[in-house]
Amino acid sequence: MSAREGLVVRRIAVSYGRNHLLRGIDFAIAPGETLVLFGPSGTGKTVLLRAIAGLEPAARGEVWIDGRDVSALGPEARATGMAFQNFALYPHMSARENIRSPLAARGVGKAETEQKIAKIAELLRIQHVLDHAPRELSNGQKQRTALARALVGEPRILLLDDPLRNVDAKLRYEMRLELPRLLRAAGAATIYVTQDYREAMALGDRVAILLDGVIRQIDTPEAIYDRPATIAIARLFGDPPINLFPLRPQVGAGGAGMEIGGLALPMAEDESGEGRVLGLRPETITLHREGLSGAVRATLIAITPLHERVVLLLRLASGEEMVASVTGAPPEPGSDVWITADGARALLFDAASGMRIAAGPVREMVA
Amino acid sequence: MARSDVRAAGLPRFLRAFALVLVLIFFLFPIAWIFLMSFQSNEQILRIPPHLLFTPTLMNYRALISGKLITAAGSLDLPFMRNLGNSALLSAASVALSLLLGVPAAYAFARFRFRLGENIAFTLLSFRFAPPLLVLLPLSLYFQELGLANTYVGLIWVYQLICLPLILWIVRSYFEDLSPDVEYAYRVDGHSWWRAFTRIAIPLAGPGIAAAGLLAFIFAWNNFVFALILASADKQPVTVGALAFVTASGIQYGQIAAAIVLSILPTLALALYAQRWLVEGLSLGAVKG
Repeated sequence: MSAREGLVVRRIAVSYGRNHLLRGIDFAIAPGETLVLFGPSGTGKTVLLRAIAGLEPAARGEVWIDGRDVSALGPEARATGMAFQNFALYPHMSARENIRSPLAARGVGKAETEQKIAKIAELLRIQHVLDHAPRELSNGQKQRTALARALVGEPRILLLDDPLRNVDAKLRYEMRLELPRLLRAAGAATIYVTQDYREAMALGDRVAILLDGVIRQIDTPEAIYDRPATIAIARLFGDPPINLFPLRPQVGAGGAGMEIGGLALPMAEDESGEGRVLGLRPETITLHREGLSGAVRATLIAITPLHERVVLLLRLASGEEMVASVTGAPPEPGSDVWITADGARALLFDAASGMRIAAGPVREMVA
Repeated sequence: MARSDVRAAGLPRFLRAFALVLVLIFFLFPIAWIFLMSFQSNEQILRIPPHLLFTPTLMNYRALISGKLITAAGSLDLPFMRNLGNSALLSAASVALSLLLGVPAAYAFARFRFRLGENIAFTLLSFRFAPPLLVLLPLSLYFQELGLANTYVGLIWVYQLICLPLILWIVRSYFEDLSPDVEYAYRVDGHSWWRAFTRIAIPLAGPGIAAAGLLAFIFAWNNFVFALILASADKQPVTVGALAFVTASGIQYGQIAAAIVLSILPTLALALYAQRWLVEGLSLGAVKG
């Protein structure tokens, strides 16, 4: 394991007294790979990045970078590049001096330094503001300067702490398109922290779900979306959010299906539905203008346009509400529609433990 | 409607200006009166009623600078310029030492949580509100034992009681206002913690350090009781040296006034020079912290 390139972290734990911020964190990232660290705020994402960078004095466990155990080294000896959520530019230095800092620390020659700064500035399109002080930069320029500073030293490990959090929506959208190219060019093992599921989908080769200081699942973004390990992950990962319905046992239903408000779903044979929660992603629900067999009647309550899709809030005759996401022009609010759901893509969870009832091949990590 | 708006806005502004003038007169009048007194002889000063018009004389300043006090009872040696030099030396050296000790300590208190950290910081602060007379008697006994009585080193040491807590607490709150991420970023760039401290933390806390240094200088300059007990004539600052104006033949008001004018000049110049920093330092640091 130690001979492996890239980043390996083993049994990372951070505690302050009885307050355990992180427990038993294990993963490995290959050079050129991007791992998105995803979770709600206060779950320990930044603490984990700081532990890897060597900035967390209470961190236990091992950090290996390119086959070298750096656990005992200070942050200056780990050869990582890091971008902070609040940019953390040096306010008393120009953008150029900010970007020069990692090169100066390593004693890179003058000509080479200038050449590298020019190259990274061109890549990030900040050549024209290099001589400005950070307070004279827009948020977008600050964020690019911070990224340039993290990238300029060509670090083996790149730690990006929610770098798009504090920039406006347009720039966030642009950077979401641009960052994969930049990260591929950098060739570093990258950890990208975010709370935004779209960013996770757009940027992650793999996604690690961090909840309450423990990694609950590591997989490709698609696999996490389609096969979340728990109800909590299903809720977090996806927008519009997943529909969740507690199921009650059905009598005389032949044991081969379950229904919510008359909406019948073919599910596993030996599943009674007792103590289960059903998850339906909004896009697995299909709208029909007239009744089909198996379709159920619902009232359209509200419509929210979202990019090329529209998000609909529906109420079933039984009073259950659900969110559907469909393409094309929706009917008028208040009108009645007929819906069916894709049973193959429905998710079934155990209500007590929150764990998904496995069906199909799932790679999941549960600590 | 428009007119009433103007009156509503104009009246408070007029009142504010009036209040400001009153306050300024209240605070500046004694200083102006002292300034006028410093150009009068004792006889002119003691005239009743006092005259606003008089022939100015430089005799008070001449006496102070030459070190010879001419009174009705004869001439008296007066080491005023030496006192002024002592004040400058003691204050500057104390503040320099306090900055050297206090800035790293303030950084440690701001950045690291360690055992008894808060207690140590508070103990240091308590030196500021303990009455100096409480410690003076044992201190003077110790100083005689150690051979520190009546030395510059001893006085500068004792002056740390005044300067160090002030600098420590003001600079600490300045460091606390700085995001540690900026220093972390510098460390991750590959710089040692010492460089992060000297190249990032100190320059960014610069205004706070300057303001704290200036305040400490003023407090040290104004100190009276430590020097009164622990220093004899040749080491005394102006605050103690001014006692010499109370002579056998009366109080030399003219010379006292001139001495006051001369002794507030250095701090006044410093304060004017650093006024912007001082105000910012007080509003950002001490008050908020």
